[in-house]
Amino acid sequence: MFHDLLNKFGSSKKKSKSIPVTLSTRIRLARNLKEFPFPGKAEDGQRKAVLSKCMDAMTDMDTLKECTSLEVDDLSELDRQILVEKHLISPELSQVDEGSGIVLSSDRNCCVMINEEDHLRIQVLQPGLEFEKVWKRADELDSKIESQVNYAYDCELGFLTACPTNLGTGLRASAMMHLPGLVMSKNMDKVINAVNQLGIAVRGLFGEGSDASGSIFQISNQQTLGESEGAIIDRLNGTLKNIVRQENFAREKLMQDDGLRLVDKISRAVGILKSCHLIQSSESMDLLSLVRLATDFNMLPERFRSLTDRMFIEIQPGHVQFSAGKPVEPSDRDRLRAELLRKEFGRTPQLNLEGVS
Amino acid sequence: MKCHHCDKQATVHLTQILNGQMHKMDLCESCAQANGVTNPENLSIGTLMDSTEGDTDASAGVMVCESCGTTHQDFKKGGRLGCEACYHVFRPVLDPLLEGMHAGTQHLGKIPSGSESRVQFEQSVDDLKKHLLTAIENEDFEKAAELRDQLKALEKETQV
Repeated sequence: MFHDLLNKFGSSKKKSKSIPVTLSTRIRLARNLKEFPFPGKAEDGQRKAVLSKCMDAMTDMDTLKECTSLEVDDLSELDRQILVEKHLISPELSQVDEGSGIVLSSDRNCCVMINEEDHLRIQVLQPGLEFEKVWKRADELDSKIESQVNYAYDCELGFLTACPTNLGTGLRASAMMHLPGLVMSKNMDKVINAVNQLGIAVRGLFGEGSDASGSIFQISNQQTLGESEGAIIDRLNGTLKNIVRQENFAREKLMQDDGLRLVDKISRAVGILKSCHLIQSSESMDLLSLVRLATDFNMLPERFRSLTDRMFIEIQPGHVQFSAGKPVEPSDRDRLRAELLRKEFGRTPQLNLEGVS
Repeated sequence: MKCHHCDKQATVHLTQILNGQMHKMDLCESCAQANGVTNPENLSIGTLMDSTEGDTDASAGVMVCESCGTTHQDFKKGGRLGCEACYHVFRPVLDPLLEGMHAGTQHLGKIPSGSESRVQFEQSVDDLKKHLLTAIENEDFEKAAELRDQLKALEKETQV
C-alpha cells in the first residue's frame, strides 16, 4: 500500500508553483493529549492508546481528503528514509520503535506525526512563500482534531509540550530558502547572526545538525510563547522578505563584479549534469543549486526551476534506491544518480546570456 | 566594557531575571557564541540552569514529578518534561528559563474551544490586572510595562 502511495506521488507531477529563492513554506503545530504522559515518558500501552485515539480523530476528516494512515512499525528502513527525504516526517520519527504513526493527506501537503517528541505534530507544507494559506489549513486541521480529543493546555502557558522551547502556541513556521548569492559572497554568517538576534533560527536542508548542501537553508521562528500565531508568522515573514532582498542584492553584485566567473561556474555545472557517470549527492546538490540560480537569471527556461526542485529530492540516497527497486551499494547509487541526472539534463539548451555583461 | 570571560570588547549584553533578581552579564561575540547565547536553539537548558548558582538547586535537587517520575536531574540533562503535571512541579525552575527563551511568559495564541479554558482565559486577564497593580505599587515599571502590553494583547484577542 505504501509503495502505491509513493508511486502515486511520483506520477502526480502536477504543476506546482516554483519561484526564485523560496522553495517551500511549512507550519508545524505541537500538541499533546490531556491525561497521557508525553511520548518520551509513556509506556507501550499508553503510546498505543494515544496512537489509536489520534488516528480515530483524523479518520473521515474532509481537511485530510482521503488520507492514508500508517504505523511506523510497518514501514521498512527505506520507506522511512524516503519520507524523511520528502520532508514529510522528521529523522527522529523514523528512528522510533513502537506505537508511532503518520497520517498523510492525498495531496501530501498535510502530514500529522503521532508520538514523535509530542503526541501530535501537525504539519502543513506548500511550495513557494505562502504562510497565509498554510497557516489557515494547519489551524483548521488543528481545530478539527481538537473537537475530537482533549489537548493538554494551560491558560498561562498555552499548549503544553515535551520541550519548553515549543510551549505556548506550539508553532514552528519555516521556509526553505535557496541562498546561493549570500553563500558565494560569504555573507551567510552575517545573515545568520543578524536573524538569530531576532529569535529566528537557520538550519540546513534536513533540519537540526544537517549541512547546507545546495545552499538551501531552513529558516524558522524560535520563540513560541508570549506572542500570538499571527505575530510570530508576521515577524518571520518580514524577516524572510528581507532575506530575499539581501539574496537578490548579493546575486546582482556577484554578476556585476565578476559575471564571467559566475557564468563559467553555471556552465560547468550544466556540463557535469549532462555528462557525469558517477556522482555523489552532495556534489549533485551544489550543481543543481547553480542550475536553479541560472533559471532565476533567465539563463534557462522556467521549467528548469521545478525540475531542479524535484531533483533536489530524487537524488537523495533513499529515492535513488527506491527507483532501482532493489537494494544497491553506495557506489552503484552514484552510478544510478548520474544516469538520472544525464537523462533529465541531457537536453539542456545553451544558456541564454542576453543581458549578462 | 570588557567581556566577563576574556578581555575583549563586550558586544552582547545578557540580562536575566532569576528568582526575582536581575543578573547582568557582558560578553564578547566569541564567548557569547561559545556559550550558545546568540543561538537559542543551541542554548542548553542545563547550562542556563547552572547559572542559577545553587540557590534554586538546593530546593530543585529533590524535585520529582509524582505523576510520571521525571526528576529535576532528568530535565536538566535532556531538556524535556515528561507530562502535563511536570509543568506544575518544575514551575519554579522553569519560569526563569522561559523568560530567557521566549518573547513573553503569557500565552497569547490560540485557545482551545472547550469552555473550561475560556473561563481560565478570563481568569488570567484578572490575574494580569492584579499583577499589574502590584508592580505599579512596587514601582517596578519595567515589569508593569511588560504586563500592560500582555494585557493589551489579551484584551485585543477577546474582542476578535
